[in-house]
Amino acid sequence: MDNPSPEAERLPQAATPWNYTLDHAFDEMFAGKDQLREHYVPLLEHFTALPQDELQRRKQAADLSFLNQGITFTVYGREEGTEKIFPYDLLPRIITSAEWAKVERGLIQRITALNLFLRDIYNEGRILKAGIVPREIVYSCWHFRRQMSGLQVPRNVYIAVCGTDLIRLENGEFVVLEDNLRVPSGVSYMLTNRRVMKRIFPQLFREYNVKPIEQYTQLLLGTLRSLAPEGRPEPNIVLLSPGVFNSAYFEHAYLARQMGIELVEGRDLVVHDNVCYMRTTSGLRRVDVIYRRVDDDFIDPLCFRSDSILGAAGLFHAYRAGNVTLANAFGTGVADDKALYAYVPEIIRYYLGEEPILNNVETYLCTREKERNHVLANLDKLVVKAVGESGGYGMLIGTQSTPKERDAFAEKIRANPRNYIAQPTISFSRAPCLIGDELEPRHVDLRPYVLYGDKVTIVPGGLTRVALTRGSLVVNSSQGGGSKDTWVLS
Amino acid sequence: MLSRVADSLYWMSRYLERAEHAARLLDVNLNLMLDESSISSDHRWLRMLHALGNPSRLKWSGNAYELARNLTFDTSNKSSIVSCIIAARENARQVREQISTEQWQKLNSLYIEVTSPQVKRAMRTDAAADFGGGPTAFLQAAMEAVHQFQGVTDSTMSHGEGWQFIQAGRYLERATATGLLLEAYSEDVWGNPDCVPEGNEYLDWTGLLRCATAFEAYCKVYTADLTSERILEFLLLDAEFPHSLRFSIDSLKHSLQAIQERSGKTRAEELNRISGRLSASLGFASVDEILTGDLVAYLQSIQRQCQAIHETIYRLYVDYPIQTALAG
Repeated sequence: MDNPSPEAERLPQAATPWNYTLDHAFDEMFAGKDQLREHYVPLLEHFTALPQDELQRRKQAADLSFLNQGITFTVYGREEGTEKIFPYDLLPRIITSAEWAKVERGLIQRITALNLFLRDIYNEGRILKAGIVPREIVYSCWHFRRQMSGLQVPRNVYIAVCGTDLIRLENGEFVVLEDNLRVPSGVSYMLTNRRVMKRIFPQLFREYNVKPIEQYTQLLLGTLRSLAPEGRPEPNIVLLSPGVFNSAYFEHAYLARQMGIELVEGRDLVVHDNVCYMRTTSGLRRVDVIYRRVDDDFIDPLCFRSDSILGAAGLFHAYRAGNVTLANAFGTGVADDKALYAYVPEIIRYYLGEEPILNNVETYLCTREKERNHVLANLDKLVVKAVGESGGYGMLIGTQSTPKERDAFAEKIRANPRNYIAQPTISFSRAPCLIGDELEPRHVDLRPYVLYGDKVTIVPGGLTRVALTRGSLVVNSSQGGGSKDTWVLS
Repeated sequence: MLSRVADSLYWMSRYLERAEHAARLLDVNLNLMLDESSISSDHRWLRMLHALGNPSRLKWSGNAYELARNLTFDTSNKSSIVSCIIAARENARQVREQISTEQWQKLNSLYIEVTSPQVKRAMRTDAAADFGGGPTAFLQAAMEAVHQFQGVTDSTMSHGEGWQFIQAGRYLERATATGLLLEAYSEDVWGNPDCVPEGNEYLDWTGLLRCATAFEAYCKVYTADLTSERILEFLLLDAEFPHSLRFSIDSLKHSLQAIQERSGKTRAEELNRISGRLSASLGFASVDEILTGDLVAYLQSIQRQCQAIHETIYRLYVDYPIQTALAG
């Protein structure tokens, strides 16, 4: 990263100044110095042709549009002013149709295999008997739910909604960084980014022939409907939110409104005789499918955490009785455990007999002695992650850590090796962003949203998250990340 | 409609009505304070606190501006104007997807305005009152914003069940507030039947009408001659004036009937009975009869009936026992 090559040349007509130095990370816009990638040519021409004040005016129009729509997320741990606007970058990230075709095939393969894996470990456990995945990894996972054993879930679909985090390595290859199989969020930003972008750059958008994503909410509704219990032809589908204090509340309200379904909270639900109802002004109304945005632990105080008031007492039993469907199913978190992640390529080979289309990032398991020693010896070079955490919490980024932090982490790893994995520090790809009034490269990832009902569907693209701080590799919204629209070309 | 949603809409509306009412009472009394008065300033401010239901954290200490500041900004007092606006906005936020974007923006910008630190600073100096800034400008702006919110609600939200709950909340709050207002003034205005108001007393009586935005409407009906019976008749029994008790109760009754039709509740007899009885008793009352009897007791009986209506709404639509719901 500290190897700046000469600044790319300014185009003579450039109204927006550049501060664009390439480094060894893959650059989405430039193949090399002065070698603009073909699919970025119209974008760059368009942007550099705009006078600077016009660009700023459009940027302000975009910001205002987000503010007025109340597109905010909540930051935990502060009393007042907890609602913040999710920072948004004006330049779209562009993916060619060939690149996307591979990503799409890879994601379908991966979710299919992970779904088969979940079905297997909660039933026969063939993969455990075959010794492909060690039993202790599965059974020691926080998110393994023995309550799910032997349960037949509708259509055998455990993962109805998944958001997979992809990054691009230095050679441009897309690899999977993380599977989010519990309650992935961010899809509302994908949809609102697109809407704002179309309003602000209509001409550019038309020129590019971008594949649409607006059908997502309809597809999600269709997915949920396909998972309804049998004998419920007109299922009552609801979205279960932890409530207004949750960081993703805006998204819950947005999706419910776009799908035309009720947004419910735990206190709206009542379970009686293994049937789930919601309280309405005209009495109790039966609920058939719950798109739940509440974690496993909080769903049912009788089965999981007894201090939870976010769920409904008895809900799990209604689910087991087959009277209500929950999407995603319980216990899916075992398949996105960061230690299990290392086994996903093997899982794909075992169930599908295919080679993985999308590779993993190289991962060291601290449970294996040899790898643990390697990790402990190279803490300053690696990224260490706690297996159960997400959102950029519980991480050690070796290159940016102090010796004291590394000692503390080494202690933790020795005390509980199952809880940690390590990966090399990857300088993932960078895309141009408007920072202040200059174009600068920033690191980006990609989270496509995969839906699994009667078949697997993926809207083209997903959420591109940006690490807005120069040099930063952390894209999480809770830690200074932003987002940009993602254009998949047709 | 979800019970929780109905509950939030109802309270959003009640809190806004409450904020507007408190702002108006405060504004009228700050204005009256500028004139000489037949009654002591202590008495007037205590009467205003009575009309607001004597909020437990608000005490009269002899300084009108201090009282005004506390009544406006003290968030530890749950019935201060800012507390009410915060509570209304919090309720709206919980049902963000049920109300229109225009409604949300209006309410949210009111919230941002009243909680901004600059506003508090303007209220800190008593001197600001002399320059048209200070409390009056703030109170006027707050009342205006609430009125705009009600207008936006009427023109951008479907007049379905949710809207009816908003109406019910607003009119129940208004009926209670008008009842309390009349009760607070009962001794001063109706204590001495043959009194003809002059000078400062006249001013005080117009103050009562202004507290219910009723002065101009009253003059249209009765001219500017103020008599105590006519004031009572107008504020209590007028069928057309939107702040009169009778109008509020009639509107409440209509909303409750509309809710019943939409939600298809079959066990609403009790609610129909008590709201219909109150509406009819106001419709057929005569002001002479009321004045020969005990006015305060009469007003208190109306308040009790309003409370009973509120509780019945809750028992029927929001907080019903599951057993009865499963049986029905």
